[in-house]
Amino acid sequence: MEKDFEIIDHTADVGIIAYGADLSQAFANAARALFSLITELDDVEEILHRDIELAALDQESLLVEWLNELIYLFDTENIVFKRFDITKLNNTQLKARSYGEKVDSSKHRLKTGVKAATYHMLKVDKGNGCKVQVLFDI
Amino acid sequence: MPAPWQEILKKIDDYRWEIPQSYKEGMTVPGLIFASEAMLSHIWEEQVFQQVANVAFIPGIVDHSLAMPDIHWGYGFPIGGVAATRVRDGVVSPGGVGFDINCGVRLLRTNLTEEEVRPKIEQLIADLFVNIPSGLGSTGKIRVSEKELDKVLVKGSYWAIEKGYGEAKDIIVTEESGGMKGANPDKVTSKAKKRGIPQLGTLGSGNHFLEVEVVDEIYDQEAAMTMGIGEVGQVLVLIHTGSRGFGHQVCSDYVALLGGAVKKYGINLPDRQLACAPVLSPEGQDYLAAMACAANYAWTNRQCITHWVRESFVKVFGKSQKELGLEQIYDVAHNIAKIEEYTIKDKKLALCVHRKGATRAFQAGHPDIPDVYRNIGQPVLIPGDMGRCSYVALGTELAMKETFGSTCHGAGRIQSRAAAKRTLRGADVVKTLAAKGITVKTDSMGSLAEEASEAYKDVNEVVDITHKAGISHKVIRAIPMGVIKG
Repeated sequence: MEKDFEIIDHTADVGIIAYGADLSQAFANAARALFSLITELDDVEEILHRDIELAALDQESLLVEWLNELIYLFDTENIVFKRFDITKLNNTQLKARSYGEKVDSSKHRLKTGVKAATYHMLKVDKGNGCKVQVLFDI
Repeated sequence: MPAPWQEILKKIDDYRWEIPQSYKEGMTVPGLIFASEAMLSHIWEEQVFQQVANVAFIPGIVDHSLAMPDIHWGYGFPIGGVAATRVRDGVVSPGGVGFDINCGVRLLRTNLTEEEVRPKIEQLIADLFVNIPSGLGSTGKIRVSEKELDKVLVKGSYWAIEKGYGEAKDIIVTEESGGMKGANPDKVTSKAKKRGIPQLGTLGSGNHFLEVEVVDEIYDQEAAMTMGIGEVGQVLVLIHTGSRGFGHQVCSDYVALLGGAVKKYGINLPDRQLACAPVLSPEGQDYLAAMACAANYAWTNRQCITHWVRESFVKVFGKSQKELGLEQIYDVAHNIAKIEEYTIKDKKLALCVHRKGATRAFQAGHPDIPDVYRNIGQPVLIPGDMGRCSYVALGTELAMKETFGSTCHGAGRIQSRAAAKRTLRGADVVKTLAAKGITVKTDSMGSLAEEASEAYKDVNEVVDITHKAGISHKVIRAIPMGVIKG
């Protein structure tokens, strides 16, 4: 199987490239990549879920807003997510259900604090298989 | 073979390099980099020239898009960049401030000497580590409601003083007196407030730290005395943190919002992270009002931490705060946008000065400098990495003329966090530091490896360049004895 995502290095920060057969899958893999930076995904169980509904100017903004929403949930509710069901995704709207659990210091090792997803070097490529790229401020 | 940048840069002198306006179509001013020739090869590899050039696109920018010697590649705006825009017809950009709004440094003095502190350093660092919440996902000891948070956002450090965290005189030696005017909590989203509430009074993670350090060089005896620093061997405490998740959310919210403003006002930008709006537009004014809230949050944060530092010192040394002489030297922001007045070509102009990883460095006599420092200039606090040293400098007249009263803010990264982690292990970093006589406490060994000396430029070189270029003036250097890393 092709890899779902990869981490790219950047002097001050860190970026991700996520792949998918369609854009929804690429967005879901981008979210997995984000949480792989925060903790080990294998240690996370699907105990609870959160629903997210977003509107933005375009697909690039939607990607940034989507990831920022997840960072917000991590920061305020202490939830680490591992699976993402994107049920609606067009040019300006996204609807998704994300599964994960509250951080438990006995089993989750927190690795990196992510401040935000940025628009710098942002790419949404819908060519031959979908590919998205995002840089995070950490 | 000539270095690749030689064809691009115009050498002004040994420390000044210009990126001509012709370098990239769309630049409205040239770029100016403060660096040594040796440092330039590094900057080139990072393609930071491109970012300095991109900033020269933003409407209303005056004079130069500036880069301090600690410049490194950021997102959109470089880190270590300064951009001043005309208030009248220029823009303000949240990306020109950064996500950690009012990330900054506070320095405290003590009457203690290295000999007195060394035997108790382990105990002191352990106590500080318990007393000051730090690390990823840490929450504070302070509980505030959303309504109370609004007061924090408006009052800043003053709120903390009212609640018993610190002394009124701390405020006098804080930039903006720890409370920026124009802060309006109504311009902050409830998301930012929700993120900010649990994190008030926390050090955070990443490059933030608290350091007990000892003065090892004094370059300007008189200025040092004015700051309460009498001799080599005196112990100081440095606090480096910012506005935590609150500031990150304010920045995220406004970068998204101003993405729309860019279209509305027909602004042409080479990078979306440079999103901006006219300073005087409703969007620009709203950002500045929200940014001031985040700045005030950060000053409150450092004020509360100052109080806990004092508590720990009193407890560990069994002396009163007065006996310990634990007084604040200064507190200065290095991620902020400020409306300031400058004389450009004999004309007084109101400018919006963006400092992203750059420190304000006002010359002696400036009305915004507290009375105690009015005759020497504004103290500039420059933290290095945890294995080397940090500096205190002063603002200069040349800084007012050339860099909109700004200088460097630290060492500047040369190695990515992942690369640092690949080559170094946290446990080895602890050993290396221990060999240098530095005690470290952290709850993340990974984060420690990311912040090792090897990942940073040598702060000594950075500060030397700003000193020799004349945009700040060295006063003292201090080396760490004990560090808390978030």
